[in-house]
Amino acid sequence: MEKPVPRPNADSAPFWEGCAAHEFRFQRCNSCGKPQFYSRAVCAHCQATDLSWEVAAGEGTVHSVTTVHRGPSVAFKEDSPYQVALVDMDEGFRFMANVRGGEAEIGTPVRVIYEKRGDQTIPQVEIRG
Amino acid sequence: MKKAVVTGSYSTKVGELEGATCMSLHTEAGLGALADAGLAVSEVDGLLCAYSFTEPHLMLASVFAEYVGMKPAYASAVSMGGVTACMLVMQAAALVEAGYCRHVLVVTGDNRLSGMRGNAVQALAEVGNQQYEQPYGMTIPAAYALVAQRYMSEFGVTSEQLAAIAVTMREHAVLNPKAHMKTPFTVDDVMNSRFIATPLHLLDCCLISDGGAAVVVSAADAAADLKKPRIDILGTGQGHTHEYIVAAPSLTDYGCKRSAADALGRAGLKPSDIDVVEIYDSFTITLLAELESMGFFERGEAGAAAAAGDLKIGGKLPCNTHGGLLSYGHSGAAGGMFHVVEAVEQLRGEADGRQVEGAELALVHGDGGILSAHCSVVLGRA
Ligand SMILES: [Zn+2]
Repeated sequence: MEKPVPRPNADSAPFWEGCAAHEFRFQRCNSCGKPQFYSRAVCAHCQATDLSWEVAAGEGTVHSVTTVHRGPSVAFKEDSPYQVALVDMDEGFRFMANVRGGEAEIGTPVRVIYEKRGDQTIPQVEIRG
Repeated sequence: MKKAVVTGSYSTKVGELEGATCMSLHTEAGLGALADAGLAVSEVDGLLCAYSFTEPHLMLASVFAEYVGMKPAYASAVSMGGVTACMLVMQAAALVEAGYCRHVLVVTGDNRLSGMRGNAVQALAEVGNQQYEQPYGMTIPAAYALVAQRYMSEFGVTSEQLAAIAVTMREHAVLNPKAHMKTPFTVDDVMNSRFIATPLHLLDCCLISDGGAAVVVSAADAAADLKKPRIDILGTGQGHTHEYIVAAPSLTDYGCKRSAADALGRAGLKPSDIDVVEIYDSFTITLLAELESMGFFERGEAGAAAAAGDLKIGGKLPCNTHGGLLSYGHSGAAGGMFHVVEAVEQLRGEADGRQVEGAELALVHGDGGILSAHCSVVLGRA
């Protein structure tokens, strides 16, 4: 059994293409100016459909983090225990990632790194000093 | 507007039930609730079902109606995770209040323990977002653990306080012969049970059980000659803020705030009026966050209250008097329905060995997803 590989769709293809190029893309609404993650066809703040893509600097802070001892499937057994974090990016949106190369806690500064996953590339985070 | 009342309730055994199927549990629960109300199948004009993991079907209400030989005038199935049972009660109340139905059977059940052979955890993890959560090995306990970590950091809740919630649920289950798990344990036992996702230990997590439960919701004027004391549905409400934890607007404030405010407001009541609460407890943190969000305790105080025994039968706010999802049992949508059935039994004075003396008003609450979708129901003895 393999770990899940994200399946891009029309909403998310630009994001995953960005990841393949080691570029963290996110949407900003041209009407209300707010950023959003994950990408979609509409601004979840004001329902405008005029959205632009921007590239994040790739730095953020851990909003919450847990160390998972029992994963969802045998595919995660070799990683266990592993950390799952919600990361607040400096640009003002949140995403989920595993913490690589160390143990994070709430408030830990992190930076985005990239990992191959099947035919896709997924963003992860590592602790920045 | 016609008033909606609960006229029948029933729950099957819970635990590992040899030979049980989704439909057999639906049938026992549904017919049991009708017998409790003194109604025949032919008198039911509304049927509401939830969903099944072991016998999934697009149209579960039609499947059950056919199976049991029911031809209702209104049927629907709702799939909203753990909040479904309370939502179905709210929908049933709306149907009888609007005059579309006189007796609505609300029935749930699944053989989630024996029918899934240990695959429940993996199957449940697939409700996470396919692109933005599942690749990271997020599980349902991990998502609630993210809530717990944030809650602990913001409000000083401790692991011992969460453990005290699990201990209280187990103490209630010990008083309930039907409960799935009845072996007593201590705060230390919870703390020493293995980590599932920090800070949640095994004993901070709910059970996986086979079981079914049902209630009958009737129009008050159709309930005059029923066998049991009727229970009034005094107010209902919902609150929705997100689906995926990655997109939750807050890790400490949830839709239960709105659902409880609406339900209590429609009943003309406030939290301090309620005698007994039956609140969704998929994890210890779920119950704690909901008790505070709904206004039963101030921020950061529910944990200390649990440790002080306030949630026990005989305490200030008896909570999950059947033992909850943590110790009574959790059978998918029926897990939430167990809370409804327990509230009915408490208000009727039928909760032998675990009765809250003088219980006249109860609040039942369900949550689905990761504290995503909420529904509160206020019940009162007529
Ligand atoms: Zn906008």
